[in-house]
Amino acid sequence: MNLFLDALNFLFDPANLAGSNGILSRLVDHLWYTGLSMAVAVVIGIPLGLLVGHTGRGRNAVVAVSSAARALPTLGLIFLIILYTGLGVGPLIVVLVILAVPPLLAGAYSGLEAVNRQTIDAARAIGMTEWQILLKVEMPLAMPLIFGGIRSATLQVIATATIAGYVGLTGLGRFLIEGLALRDYKLALAGAILVIALALCVDAILALAQRLVVPHGVARGLTRHTDESAAPTPRQHGRVSPAPSNP
Amino acid sequence: MIEFHSVTKRFPDGTLAVEDFSLVLPSRKTTVFVGSSGCGKTTLLRMINRMIDPTSGSIAIDGVDIASGSAVALRRSIGYVMQNSGLLPHRRVIDNVATVPLLKGVKKADAHAQAMELLDTVGLDRVLAYRYPSQLSGGQQQRVGVARGLAVNPNILLMDEPFGAVDPIVRDDLQQELLRLQHDLDKTVVFVTHDIDEAFLLGDQVVILEKGAQIAQVGTPKEILANPASDFVASFIGADRGKRRLAVDSSVARSGDDVVLVDGAGYVAGVIEAPGGVLPGAGAGVNTDSLARSVSNKTDQAGDA
Ligand SMILES: Nc1ncnc2c1ncn2[C@@H]1O[C@H](COP(=O)(O)OP(=O)(O)O)[C@@H](O)[C@H]1O
Ligand SMILES: [Mg+2]
Repeated sequence: MNLFLDALNFLFDPANLAGSNGILSRLVDHLWYTGLSMAVAVVIGIPLGLLVGHTGRGRNAVVAVSSAARALPTLGLIFLIILYTGLGVGPLIVVLVILAVPPLLAGAYSGLEAVNRQTIDAARAIGMTEWQILLKVEMPLAMPLIFGGIRSATLQVIATATIAGYVGLTGLGRFLIEGLALRDYKLALAGAILVIALALCVDAILALAQRLVVPHGVARGLTRHTDESAAPTPRQHGRVSPAPSNP
Repeated sequence: MIEFHSVTKRFPDGTLAVEDFSLVLPSRKTTVFVGSSGCGKTTLLRMINRMIDPTSGSIAIDGVDIASGSAVALRRSIGYVMQNSGLLPHRRVIDNVATVPLLKGVKKADAHAQAMELLDTVGLDRVLAYRYPSQLSGGQQQRVGVARGLAVNPNILLMDEPFGAVDPIVRDDLQQELLRLQHDLDKTVVFVTHDIDEAFLLGDQVVILEKGAQIAQVGTPKEILANPASDFVASFIGADRGKRRLAVDSSVARSGDDVVLVDGAGYVAGVIEAPGGVLPGAGAGVNTDSLARSVSNKTDQAGDA
């Protein structure tokens, strides 16, 4: 308990806030690594997930690669990359991106897969283009799951970005590493608390953003899907292909 | 006018859903495709708006091959109503109805005003406009589906078992509403059902189909009832079981001016007015054959009971 109080004392001591090794500076670095990797991961993972979900193609490959990527030991991977590239932000970002892409992919494609086939079929039948179906039907309806992927990827990246401290970078992980190296456990604990607090805050902000982005009626829409998939008719015609195919 | 020219559809898995189908569907009339499940009705219907492309053969609308333009433009010019309404669950009723006009670039205010009028047209209260589809009953959702199908003021309306999933009383309502709409709007309607009574009620031209969309008989309901072309047709419309052939039941004591009719199996089919104990149009001998035809449309349920 004493240790915990010491850690809190450290956190609330204004002297530890500023400066190049202060909490603020390292917090900003941590956020910078997180933001950069998430931006790259979103650009890769979401479109790919949407493509797989919309067409229904390549799903197995994506699942295989995703689970392989999830199984990679992060620390080992980053040292491996550093062996080849040398120190720098690059290897860290690569590793965090590899970590973040699978949940983003999974959120996007499972989100699209969860959209009722009949809804998509009807959208196509009344004359929506494939893009319109994706943007105006599939994505809004998949938004809760897409956002779920974004949130879980972000949490993982925030937690894992602490390894930046091991490879000569900064971020909140520095407190942990310095604390362990110096056997200054209050410092290590303070670092851990900071990472957890950051993760909770960011997740809360994302939850708020989700409320704004997910259209009204989607929650209803989703409950309706389960209603309809219980009805006797769906999928009678098998999977709807993106365009009418002519064998 | 919609023309099928030797249209065949074989799905990639080898299923021959439609085989060498040729037919003309006249303009401003309702053509009903009727047949058992799996006989190819939906496939026929969806080839009209290119949701399915024929393997061979061609389809023309007013003489123009539908394959010549873009599929999206074609679909936007044709109303489509399906069994489970197919409404977009994340959009309010009014936005659902206005979907295609908005895609076509109609101003939002105009599209919404028109959508409101369409709700009137299909007999829906305007307060429902701001609900989400899941907040409506099945029958109301189907009405919204019809309103959406009418939103682009199409010449052609495709309806795939639109009333198949609603209860019989609501279905009756919707059928009557469709008859009224069709009377007012004069669209070329292509209607798919497996219910022969619905087909006879709604169809100007009824097409009875067997597996592979083989035409068993085409004609007006009267023609088909009067002269079933084959045993299959007779069986399908219930004529073989005597369902369509009604007789005066003399065992029931008369009260007032009504005469009780029974079908071939002896089930009570309904009553017919016989003022002063005399059947209309009948001379001394009551001609139950001609009676059977004139009242047959209304008498089916009794046989199923
Ligand atoms: N996408 C598809 N792939 C393979 N077979 C199909 C597909 N759609 C329909 N079929 C088959 O084609 C036949 C006709 O189907 P359909 O037109 O849906 O019949 P209906 O609407 O009369 O019930 C059925 O045997 C059905 O299983
Ligand atoms: Mg069908």
